[in-house]
Amino acid sequence: MMEATASARPSALRRPLHGAAWCLGAALALLLSVALGIAIGETALSPSLVLQVLANKLAGAHYAIDPISQGIVWNYRLPRALVAASCGAGLAVSGVILQSLLRNALAEPYLLGISAGASTGAVLVTVVGIGAGAISMTVGAFFGALCAFALVALLAHAAGSGGLRNSGQIVLAGIAGSQLFNALTSLIITKSGSAEQARGIMFWLLGSLSGVRWPDTVLTACIAITGLLLCLLHTRALDAFTFGSESAAALGVPVRRVQLVLLLAAALMTAVMVSIVGAIGFVGLVIPHAARMLVGVSHRRLVPASAMMGAVFLIAADVLSRTLIRGQVLPIGVITALVGAPVFAVILLQSQRRRG
Amino acid sequence: MTAAPLVTADQPVLQACALGLRLQGRPVVEQLSLPVQRHEMLGLIGPNGSGKSSLLRLLAGVIRPNEGQVLLQGQPLHKRGRRAIARELALVAQMAETQDAISVEDAVALGRTPWLSALQPFAAQDWEAVQQALDAVGMADRRHSAWHSLSGGERQRVHIARALAQQPGVLLLDEPCNHLDIHQQLSLMALIRSLPVTKVVALHDLNQALACDRLAVMQQGRLVALGRPEQVLDAALLAQVFRVEASALVDPWDGSRVLRFRPLSSS
Repeated sequence: MMEATASARPSALRRPLHGAAWCLGAALALLLSVALGIAIGETALSPSLVLQVLANKLAGAHYAIDPISQGIVWNYRLPRALVAASCGAGLAVSGVILQSLLRNALAEPYLLGISAGASTGAVLVTVVGIGAGAISMTVGAFFGALCAFALVALLAHAAGSGGLRNSGQIVLAGIAGSQLFNALTSLIITKSGSAEQARGIMFWLLGSLSGVRWPDTVLTACIAITGLLLCLLHTRALDAFTFGSESAAALGVPVRRVQLVLLLAAALMTAVMVSIVGAIGFVGLVIPHAARMLVGVSHRRLVPASAMMGAVFLIAADVLSRTLIRGQVLPIGVITALVGAPVFAVILLQSQRRRG
Repeated sequence: MTAAPLVTADQPVLQACALGLRLQGRPVVEQLSLPVQRHEMLGLIGPNGSGKSSLLRLLAGVIRPNEGQVLLQGQPLHKRGRRAIARELALVAQMAETQDAISVEDAVALGRTPWLSALQPFAAQDWEAVQQALDAVGMADRRHSAWHSLSGGERQRVHIARALAQQPGVLLLDEPCNHLDIHQQLSLMALIRSLPVTKVVALHDLNQALACDRLAVMQQGRLVALGRPEQVLDAALLAQVFRVEASALVDPWDGSRVLRFRPLSSS
């Protein structure tokens, strides 16, 4: 079969190899960044020590290691690195979904106010106690995310022609939504929360990986992998949206179902990540655009590449947030915004030029 | 692939039956019945807002009618799955655009979507269909060009190639010559005429419409005339629907008929 296609299409032969090389490279980069994420920090640990702890825990080896170092690796840094990887992957894939389905280069969970809505939902459950323990913070975040998305979509739609596809409208609607939900979050915490919770507001507004533990790791990893698989099953449908949803329908894609499934997946991923680590911005914007430069616009390659790059990016951002200022941990959202805001500006200029 | 239904040669390949469509309470298409014959080129004409685009979208099954139904090969369209429809019927919408950095080949390859399941990779026959589609529109040598480097006419050709890669029996085109310069318009119309499929083409230029096998004339959502161009475009209809009067001139170069229009002085 390979020979048959190769003559009709010279690049067909190269592509599978290309793909395999990319996969291998990406997997290595991910493993390396997890290892570095564990090794680098306030207490620098040698890579060999990290490997020994992992061997003890995972492979039943019996290296003699000081229990404090072992605790740092196993209980603090590994879950933290894995949560960072899951969040990065989940947010990046959410960004890919939103950009493709809304036909908008600037669509991203944070800019569209979805993260802010998720924060408000999570805060309503934890601080005010809505649901009386029957629903978890994650469920609250999910409904908050859906509400915010619905609000922003309606606002953008009402604001005029082009609706969701009009870059300007939806980003403006997203700003309004973000501001509203962030204000609600602040209001709820200040009114109902304890002093400690009030200090925690930074967590919801800027994101932080401090204090994540194994149960968080399991949840975020499961959701990120589910979202990624769901998205991988729909890569061909996502490609079909290249010329808009009507064109996708004409190509035989069940547009409503795909939109519903994938937008819910994006909202769920965002909600879970926000309920665990707060609102981390710009990952869903920066990563898909960077990935497009590397592997092109075909979602078959773009989705896995974005997930991998998102994971690596957020681990790196976490390491930076812990090491940039000695003795202090920056909110991780500060790092992602420092990278993301300039990228946002570049995309804005580019899309303006393309239209002109 | 799909079981071929029993059709007689003279049964319409595509048929609108008493279609009605309302958008925000406003009737856009009303009581519209239209049979499309196999391998004909049917021109759809009418003033702006007469419902040409809406009718094409109804025929393509992209939107559902409020009343009536569309029959494809004698079967109701809404009883078929979206993929089954897309294998027999392709729509070239009006100037569909993208911000994505795709190549000509990527855009045409999208036409294989209805033939492939979610995880199925491209096979030799898919590349062949893409190649044939590119050849048919004369864009094979531009296959690796970026979408954004193409002219309006070239983009329209690529859209048609994408539709052809669906290997449909029926091609619906919504004002394919919009915003093209005169050379591009003429060569695109020649290309569309030469395609060996059934074609329904919404057109603005009545002289281009003269080249169709039959014309369907729409006014305020209704079909007001259907027939051969020279029969349909008479003085009464031109005055009533298009509010123009026309002189038919004969081009001495090849003896073909050309219409020259003047606005109706009375209105």
